[in-house]
Amino acid sequence: MSDKKKDDISQEIEEKQPKGIGRRSFLKGSATAAFGLAASGLASGLGFPGIVRADKGKGPIKIGVLHSLSGTMAISEVSLRDVVLMAVEEINAKGGVLGRKLEPVVVDPASNWDLFAEKAKELLLKEKVAVTFGCWTSVSRKSVLPVYEKNNGLLFYPVQYEGEECSRNVFYTGAAVNQQAVPAVEYLMSKDGGEYKKFYLLGTDYVYPRTTNKILRAMLLAKGVPEKNIKEEYTPFHHQDYQTIVQKVKAFSRGGGACVISTINGDSNVPFYKEFANQGLTSGDVPIMAFSVAEDELRGMDTSALVGHLAAWNYYQSVKTPQNKKFVANFKAYCEKNKLPGGKDRVTDDPIEAAYFGVYLWKQAVEKAKTTDVDAVRKAAYGQEFLAPGGKVKLDERNHHTHKPVLIGEILKNGQFDVIWKSKGLVKPEPWSEYTSPDKGCDWVDHQGTFKKA
Amino acid sequence: MNSLTHAKKGTGDTLKWVLLIAGCWLMLLMMNMIPPKDSVFYLSNFNLNTAGKYMAYAILALGIDLLWGYTGILSLGQGIFFGLGAYCMGMHLMLSIGGEGAYQSDLPDFMVWNQVTELPFFWKPFSSFGFSMLAVMLVPALFALIFGFLTFRSRIKGVYFSIITQALALTVWLLFNQNSMNLGGTNGLTDFKKILNFPLSEVATQRALFVMTGICLVLAFVLCRWITRSRLGKVLIAIRDNEGRIRFSGYSASRYKLFVFVISAALAGLAGALYVPQVGIITPGQIGVLPSIEMIVWVAVGGRGTLIGAVLGAVGVNWARSFLTSNYPDLWLYFLGVLFIGVVLYFPKGMWEISGKIKSLVMHRGKKTPLTKERFT
Amino acid sequence: MNLQQKTRLSRAEALLSLCLIFSSVFFGPCLSWAQSETPESITESILRLADEDRDVVETTVFALGESGDPAVLPILEALRERSLYLWFNQEEVRTVVIGRELINRGDVSGYLVQEPYGGAAMKNEKGAPLFLPEDQLESIRLSRRLRIKISPMLDRLRLFSPDAATRESAATKVGLSGDPEALPMLSKALNQEKNRWVRFSLTEAIGLIRLTDEDPAVRKQAAETLGNIHAMDSIPTLEARILTTDDSDPEETDIAVKDAIQEAIQKISAWQVWTRTVETIFSGISLSSILLLVALGLAITFGLMGVINMAHGELMMLGAYTTYIMQEFFVAYLPENVRNFYFVFSIPLAFGVAALFGLLLEKSIIRKLYGRPLETLLATWGISLILQQGVRQVFGAANVDVASPDWLTGGIRLAVGIQLPYNRLFIILLSVVSVVSVYLLVLRSPIGLKIRAVTQNREMSACMGIITERVDAWTFALGAGLAGMAGAALTLIGNVGPDLGQNYIVDSFLVVVTGGVGKLAGTVGAAFGIGGLNKLFEPGFGAIYAKVAILLLVILFLQKRPSGLFPAKGRHIDV
Repeated sequence: MSDKKKDDISQEIEEKQPKGIGRRSFLKGSATAAFGLAASGLASGLGFPGIVRADKGKGPIKIGVLHSLSGTMAISEVSLRDVVLMAVEEINAKGGVLGRKLEPVVVDPASNWDLFAEKAKELLLKEKVAVTFGCWTSVSRKSVLPVYEKNNGLLFYPVQYEGEECSRNVFYTGAAVNQQAVPAVEYLMSKDGGEYKKFYLLGTDYVYPRTTNKILRAMLLAKGVPEKNIKEEYTPFHHQDYQTIVQKVKAFSRGGGACVISTINGDSNVPFYKEFANQGLTSGDVPIMAFSVAEDELRGMDTSALVGHLAAWNYYQSVKTPQNKKFVANFKAYCEKNKLPGGKDRVTDDPIEAAYFGVYLWKQAVEKAKTTDVDAVRKAAYGQEFLAPGGKVKLDERNHHTHKPVLIGEILKNGQFDVIWKSKGLVKPEPWSEYTSPDKGCDWVDHQGTFKKA
Repeated sequence: MNSLTHAKKGTGDTLKWVLLIAGCWLMLLMMNMIPPKDSVFYLSNFNLNTAGKYMAYAILALGIDLLWGYTGILSLGQGIFFGLGAYCMGMHLMLSIGGEGAYQSDLPDFMVWNQVTELPFFWKPFSSFGFSMLAVMLVPALFALIFGFLTFRSRIKGVYFSIITQALALTVWLLFNQNSMNLGGTNGLTDFKKILNFPLSEVATQRALFVMTGICLVLAFVLCRWITRSRLGKVLIAIRDNEGRIRFSGYSASRYKLFVFVISAALAGLAGALYVPQVGIITPGQIGVLPSIEMIVWVAVGGRGTLIGAVLGAVGVNWARSFLTSNYPDLWLYFLGVLFIGVVLYFPKGMWEISGKIKSLVMHRGKKTPLTKERFT
Repeated sequence: MNLQQKTRLSRAEALLSLCLIFSSVFFGPCLSWAQSETPESITESILRLADEDRDVVETTVFALGESGDPAVLPILEALRERSLYLWFNQEEVRTVVIGRELINRGDVSGYLVQEPYGGAAMKNEKGAPLFLPEDQLESIRLSRRLRIKISPMLDRLRLFSPDAATRESAATKVGLSGDPEALPMLSKALNQEKNRWVRFSLTEAIGLIRLTDEDPAVRKQAAETLGNIHAMDSIPTLEARILTTDDSDPEETDIAVKDAIQEAIQKISAWQVWTRTVETIFSGISLSSILLLVALGLAITFGLMGVINMAHGELMMLGAYTTYIMQEFFVAYLPENVRNFYFVFSIPLAFGVAALFGLLLEKSIIRKLYGRPLETLLATWGISLILQQGVRQVFGAANVDVASPDWLTGGIRLAVGIQLPYNRLFIILLSVVSVVSVYLLVLRSPIGLKIRAVTQNREMSACMGIITERVDAWTFALGAGLAGMAGAALTLIGNVGPDLGQNYIVDSFLVVVTGGVGKLAGTVGAAFGIGGLNKLFEPGFGAIYAKVAILLLVILFLQKRPSGLFPAKGRHIDV
């Protein structure tokens, strides 16, 4: 957190203090002293709505940052908080949005899905933020979704996800399944990719892997891969002991032509790859195509066991564009300047980039709409284009998702990726997969969200 | 013993505390409904909702206090019972969504992406509101009865009991995380739309839930108060202080323990059921090891062996957590950590002890002495 | 430089020099591995790899690949890994170099380059390794399709690689390709091969290829060989030979060969059952030793002293981070050849750091809470929150990178299909050593006598002149130190992050309780019971239900023996 932010907070607290006492004195007559303590604490802590109302005056525009800073998801989400604050700093340095500065409100939902809902309510109802940048896991998004829909808030969600969602109040800047998993598997089946014939779908047991694998299975079957050549398996979050599973993969891969499609999330990856290497499997024999391993996660890994394995994303730090060079340098400098852990050794990756350009897409939409009013911004956001670090991206005209390129990368020794395949142009996002829901579409212009295709 | 001294006081005491809780709760409600929105005394709907959540936690804390503060049984698995109650309620709310979910299917959304085609049998009865309301208390109580019977019968106690319940919390958490359990996996149950056909997004519904929670809290308080002040309560305290002696005096300690364990489980289930519609989501995250320990911490901080202490602890710690995670996102864990250590080292009977000390101080100086803020901190 | 060429070659010239390569390779003498002089023809064809005409590139690649010359291996490998570069120097002279790892020299990033032919490091005028900045190099990239085609060529060349593991995996792949043209090379390799495992792979590869031989006798013999050597990788191929599908008869028509294949499959399957049993037993022992290691410290702080140390996991985390710091220190300040030994130092250091921390903890907080076990739970819970957040702020929320030392990667091969990883063996060894040391210290030494005296009867011990405070402090420090050591060992198998401790805390408590509080033998027994059963159940039940089953068993077990495997004897009533 920057020093400036801390100052703001302490000022706010000072403002609140005298009122808290006033409330207590009101209570004094009716309750015992001890209870007064609790009640005054309660009242002052719950805060006083109406102190700041966003979008009415000339003051700063409040924006919410809803990423876990503690708990298990902190590993991934802290970097997103950092990059959003960096984008805000950049924008403020150039005069803000509509002549007003942006004021980030950072809260910590502590990797606790229930707390996500509470914090989202707090951001929308108490802080009255104009927009929120946040969430990583699908469960956290699903938990805040009703809050945003109920209160007509606006959320920019920066992580690749399973699709099958079409919310009016969310802009998805990460990839849908057809922008990551589907092309990746098509690549593995192609001549260029190695013509793999057997697929071991291995994931952490939650909605993203389950849905993604459901789509992939449908796709593989449609492409004529026999049922017995597809295996699906799930492990719980934080699973550490992959001995038994790798033994199974080994047995499955006997005879060659097998690959692993991994949707293993977070800290399970290291033990998995380590075990994979220890049992003598290599990327040459059985490549692992991962959808949840990016540069930021590799920063905490001994990469020797991972070299040569594959990943599919829409952006890598190694992408060679002038704006990316600047973006990477800026991010490292920002982390160093603010004494964030890791400092100049920090890396960028796909969700970091998506979180970053999300802020700019919102800014452009606000400038087009000339207000931060959610409905106006939403309309203005459709079709908005931005030259992101990884190249041009575009918000779809109808479905709230983002047109992005697909890149397949091979993991290098230094934790970076070498891009070995790139889609031709931007891939149009399909929230509803053609393989599992061919009859459904997502459209907020001519329809009310999800609709049945004729 | 603090609690024993409390027990000696007259029945007017109970009335005083009940009135206090009820008064406070009514006041919060009034503050939400009467003053204009820009007044200092206005309590926003969000804050009312949050207060309702804390009150649900307070019900749970009462059960823990009964079990730990009075009977001396430290269960590190209260999250399970809270979760069971919450899931029973959640299942009912899931089924009342009907076809309004994202997939427009009659099945809950998560079953659609889990490729479940038919409603599992154990879901079916939960479409009835009455059955669900019974289940929120009975399911946790039954679970506690079976588990308690096995453990207390073989005289697993003290630290052993704590560790076993902790392992149980871990196991149940793992199980609920499994999508194959058909309970929503890690995502849990969410996206509820209405309760008894009242839309949950309506302010009036939320207020009604707040009122319900308040009534339940007062009733739970009265029940616990009654238990602790009866002959039964004295036996419980005696079990805590010297279980061997109680057994030698001809009491069946394990039956008493089982009884209290079941009551506290039922209270936890009730708390869970009240929590779900107000928060709008229930996930296995509320069941595991960490939340179960946190629940114990509320009571420890508030003051165990005093019911009002448990209530204040639940409300206070949760409020502090809410406040700190918003205002000091990077530092709040330090605050909480120091708070626990400080309480254990310096106020083993909890924060309530401080207020007792201040009260006696005030008594000595005369009742008119105004209290200043400094004294509290 | 001997690889310089001034102009682009025409297509006709290209084809001409291709012929030269063929002649030089097939009729020339066999080239040695480390070749200092590059044949002129090869030099020319290497440059042609950077040609703009795809066809020229493709023919060149094939020519190089089929040359059979081991010294072209680095070129092909570099092509496959995309680390082959075209270098334009100031005089616009084009040279092809290999640049493997990007490094930084001051502000300039670039590569220390190698000769493509033979792969020797290139030197500059002063004889130092040649460093070329990135912007003077242009990557030579093949289409992915061509890169994949390189693989079989590489595999055949690698049959003669100096590294045994490379030879082995190459043999397996050549065998699975089923290409009869590879047979002469495989036989040649087998003749000069000494390594047992490479010989196995070569035999298997030859057998697999001969399964499609024209002569039924050869096929029969191949099947028999595969069966006799328990070639597990060949099962799918064997099955495919005799498989009857709806629209086709089996490929194998000869009855005798069919029988031989059937028999081979049976033999290999029987062998698989046996290897699986060994694997399960080993996994069981391995998991048990991990449980034992993480529970041992707790057996002391909780078992002997009655402190419910919820920060036990965080002490382990401290040990793991100590290992990380040691690694960083070694990498930053010590020469490369000793780097691998950071782990040897980090184990005692992790013990020391955690023990010191434990000592401080005992003196400041735990001391005040003796006899109130449930309150130690709350206080240590607070400590664990602070430690976690502290580490998160110092090292970041992301996991840190602890690389296993080279001498602990890989494993011992006992037989076909059975490999025991060194890191797991190391943990087993470490846990045995720790248990023995703790046993000797607590039960067979004068210090241990004092520890036991104080834990059994504090007042009496004090009366006998034992300084109980000091004994308490050192006992707690010992338990904490053991936790730190376990943390250091865990870096070998898991990841290192602020949450490391949380993953193990419940399991370690369960082990101590099941074993019987305060009993070392009980802890060992419980660790092996829980670990072994877990691995026994896991293949059938899945990881989660195995855990559930274990817990149910523990509860039922405690029905019989409420105070654990080895209850403390005596007339005490409460723990």
